[in-house]
Amino acid sequence: MMEWFENFWQVYNNLVLTIGVNALLALSIWLTLSCGLLAMANAAFMGIGAYTASILTMNYGAPFPVALAGGIAAPALVALLIGGPTLRLSGVYLAMATLGFGEVVRVLILNAESLTGGALGLNGIPQATQWWHVLLALIVVLLILWRLRRSRIGRAFEAINEDAVAASLMGIAVNAHKMLAFALGAAIAGLAGALNAHLTFFIGPSEFGFDRGVDILTMAILGGTGGLTGPVLGALIVTLLPELLRSFRDFRTMMNGAILVIIVLFLPKGLWDPKRIRQWFGRKAA
Amino acid sequence: MLKLTNVSKRFGGLSVLQDVSFEVPTGKVFGLIGPNGAGKTTVFNLITGLLAPSGGTITLQGESLLGHAPHQITRQGIARTFQNIRIFKDMTLLDNVVVGMHSHLNYGVPGWLFSLPGFRAQEQRAREKARELLGWVGLSAKAGDTADNLSYGDQRKLELARALATEPKLLLLDEPVAGMNTGEKVELMGEITNIAKRGYTIFMIEHDMRFVMGLCERIAVLNFGRIIAEGSPDEIKNNPDVIEAYLGREDDAEVSS
Repeated sequence: MMEWFENFWQVYNNLVLTIGVNALLALSIWLTLSCGLLAMANAAFMGIGAYTASILTMNYGAPFPVALAGGIAAPALVALLIGGPTLRLSGVYLAMATLGFGEVVRVLILNAESLTGGALGLNGIPQATQWWHVLLALIVVLLILWRLRRSRIGRAFEAINEDAVAASLMGIAVNAHKMLAFALGAAIAGLAGALNAHLTFFIGPSEFGFDRGVDILTMAILGGTGGLTGPVLGALIVTLLPELLRSFRDFRTMMNGAILVIIVLFLPKGLWDPKRIRQWFGRKAA
Repeated sequence: MLKLTNVSKRFGGLSVLQDVSFEVPTGKVFGLIGPNGAGKTTVFNLITGLLAPSGGTITLQGESLLGHAPHQITRQGIARTFQNIRIFKDMTLLDNVVVGMHSHLNYGVPGWLFSLPGFRAQEQRAREKARELLGWVGLSAKAGDTADNLSYGDQRKLELARALATEPKLLLLDEPVAGMNTGEKVELMGEITNIAKRGYTIFMIEHDMRFVMGLCERIAVLNFGRIIAEGSPDEIKNNPDVIEAYLGREDDAEVSS
């Protein structure tokens, strides 16, 4: 048994840890979605976190915890700065503005060659991330978000998501809460980026572009945004699916896409939809 | 309590309100009536900070409300309901009302993060208070239901309970009986009377004359953005300008007959 596990871990540890990192990313976008914001800047925030942390360890020899703290703080600060003008927008317009911001970040990283290595990226990042770092980060983030949901802040997010005008007339400072969700989401994405950078040895600007942003959103939406289980489940499936479909070879990405489309078609609220699950079981029992 | 002085509102070239002045007396039920499109809801939107007036002043107990964000005005003691109901549909009734208590819960981050006793006590109190408020409007039996499943009349009552949860001094009701049947209207009338008796000042916009005349102690009439009359229900009923605004002039009637 032990031997089997060791073999398994040798082959798949990277995949398992990627699931953890992706779960963090899905939770980061879930937070803004739960506040009614379709913000698509999480890939950029992940990039800012990854680069900040890597530069701290590589150029300044900072200890890993300090690098992680920098990777969390930098995107949160950037979020506070760009949140002012962008969070006035809603719906698709916010998505567009935040996507634009993501492009700006990508191009900045590409051109700040002396610091970021430009298109070549950063090579030889020390592999400081242990498996339990990822697990611990995921557990801590889940605990914080779980408690947050049960507080006045979580209720305010939910109220803003349902009707921002009504929420403001309940005495909720709508803009401040949106800003909080945005900055906190950026911090979580930055944490994921910092952990991931110290796991993969290499980071480049193309990792944090539009594709990554869509992936993150897909994980959250696919899993379901009604609770914390959804994003984690979504991250698990979106990460594992390409691996499970290996036998389809050339048709792999096609199958991958088809399965996602089918899930979204038949489960519009995502995979984790307690109401629907209860309905199904209710019907069977009856 | 609430005083509007020469308030006007223009949307581009369109003048919606002109020199609107009136005062809502403390502890009374005050009504604002007027034909469709007279600008009544705009008055509420100006008071609650959703719109900024083009001119004039609005004060609550002598304090200006101008330039304050909606949530600040709510915290100063004004709550409102909406003509087109705006409850939080995916939440339970209880959660809807607890949301209204947002600014009265003041535990810090460690409180909710570690579920400290102070946090739990405040949340517990908020839920008890919410149950009590739901009891006031006769919805306590449905406290755990999702708000979406409520009947139209019950949704209005829930909105009322939620508004009361902000602990207002002044309660603004925007057409509280719109779309209700007679039975529901009578029921709601009783509930509003009860709320007024508890010491809240109430300011309502309403179309239903019987409802307004039965509830309000003072009434102002708005027509084409101007106040054309103000007084007791009896004075309003017999005011020729008001009758003209609602029923048209007599020579008009002759032409059409």
